[in-house]
Amino acid sequence: MSNIPSELRYASTHEWVRNDGDGVVTVGITEHAQELLGDMVFVELPDIDDEIGSGDDVAVAESVKAASDIYAPISGTVVEVNENLEDSPELVNADAYGDGWLFKVKVADESEIEALLDAEAYAASIAD
Amino acid sequence: MSNKTILHAKHIEAGAKMVDFYGWEMPINYGSQIEEHHAVRQNAGMFDVSHMTIVDVSGDQAQVYLRKLVNNDVAKLTVAGKALYTGMLNEEGGVIDDLIIYFFSETSYKLVVNSATREKDLAWMNKQAEGFKVTVTERPEFGMIAVQGPEAKAKVATLLTAEQTQAVEGMKPFFGVQTGDLFIATTGYTGENGYEIVVPQDQAADLWQQLLDAGVAPCGLGARDTLRLEAGMNLYGLDMDETVSPLAANMAWTISWEPEDRDFIGRSALEAQKAAGDQPKLVGLVFLEKGVLRSGLKVITPSGDGIITSGTFSPTLGHSIAMARVPRSVQIGDTIQVEMRKKLVDVEVIKPSFVRNGKKVF
Repeated sequence: MSNIPSELRYASTHEWVRNDGDGVVTVGITEHAQELLGDMVFVELPDIDDEIGSGDDVAVAESVKAASDIYAPISGTVVEVNENLEDSPELVNADAYGDGWLFKVKVADESEIEALLDAEAYAASIAD
Repeated sequence: MSNKTILHAKHIEAGAKMVDFYGWEMPINYGSQIEEHHAVRQNAGMFDVSHMTIVDVSGDQAQVYLRKLVNNDVAKLTVAGKALYTGMLNEEGGVIDDLIIYFFSETSYKLVVNSATREKDLAWMNKQAEGFKVTVTERPEFGMIAVQGPEAKAKVATLLTAEQTQAVEGMKPFFGVQTGDLFIATTGYTGENGYEIVVPQDQAADLWQQLLDAGVAPCGLGARDTLRLEAGMNLYGLDMDETVSPLAANMAWTISWEPEDRDFIGRSALEAQKAAGDQPKLVGLVFLEKGVLRSGLKVITPSGDGIITSGTFSPTLGHSIAMARVPRSVQIGDTIQVEMRKKLVDVEVIKPSFVRNGKKVF
């Protein structure tokens, strides 16, 4: 069973969201997702100031196995991207919930955060 | 139903992620396939290849039989232990399988064929053996471990008996020798030095453990694929199959046209294809931008479309590489295009060989 921190929120498409306060969230992909994908070789991130809508494909995680779309778990404006992934995409494998974060979003509607899955619900969604 | 190799428990013990590989439960990686890849390029790694099929061919007419069965000519083998890479073709010139043949004498050979093609290979070999004084015997009672990398031979040397050390001393590439309980060959599928070792099943787990203790990294099928692709070696089922001619699979060099009266299976079909000059060819592709060329992607050239047969991210080079089947008029050095995730990208055409002995070769 992979690690699913209880303080985060999740999308069923395997992104996690951390509420950093002041209406900003950090987004990444889950431990489970990186395990499925295998060694990451390229990560394509959105641009800063991009307006993104929940469910939009906004990034690509390309691993040795496949290229996978990453969907925006929440609507808002991209305010920061993890530039370290340019040279070190393996951070997503090594530390999916920490140094392997993808981008930060200034959310349009904070109620969208609460509407995401909690850890228990996400765990249930991948238990199979 | 899934087959397990004699080393299955050792893989589980090492935390391998197991996958189905044509009916065999095999390790895809033991954590990171890229780290395993680097271990082989920079130090030493090992692969369980016990799923591969070993077949002994012996008898008065073993040589005559093999000269008909495969497109390369085993009569070229005159030094005991020397090995030969070849295709085994059907009458239409399609590749039934690719294999290595080790020569011991004109009445004794050892073949190593792919596991995914085991049943059809054995059926074909037995069918073709009719009328020859020859015995075709599968040898499932052995395990096989490939130890590869610049330090592979030195690490294996620490485990050998004095007799075995002497037997492999100075052995050139593409040779094999039976010494004690082991058959040790200087063959491999990575583009590095090393050995492939055939070991009795009851000793396989011990040998694996001794290699681990000697600092050889266990490597899975994931790294095996990226290593062989960097080395420009074909994978049966992707880069060629029964519908593909060796002329279209970078295997023309394995066809022994001389002597002209050697009537190997598929010869007349190949002669017609050669005369027509219309077979496509297998080339290497290099893509320096972000993104990975993948098997099945369409290739667009001025003289018609082609297809990527194998593609990957090259851990050694840090960008994507591929093998592609394209129209024959495409030249080395050309820039052609690949349709990748809804867009067209430019790729450079090179000979299908990317990395040898840890170094870029194009």
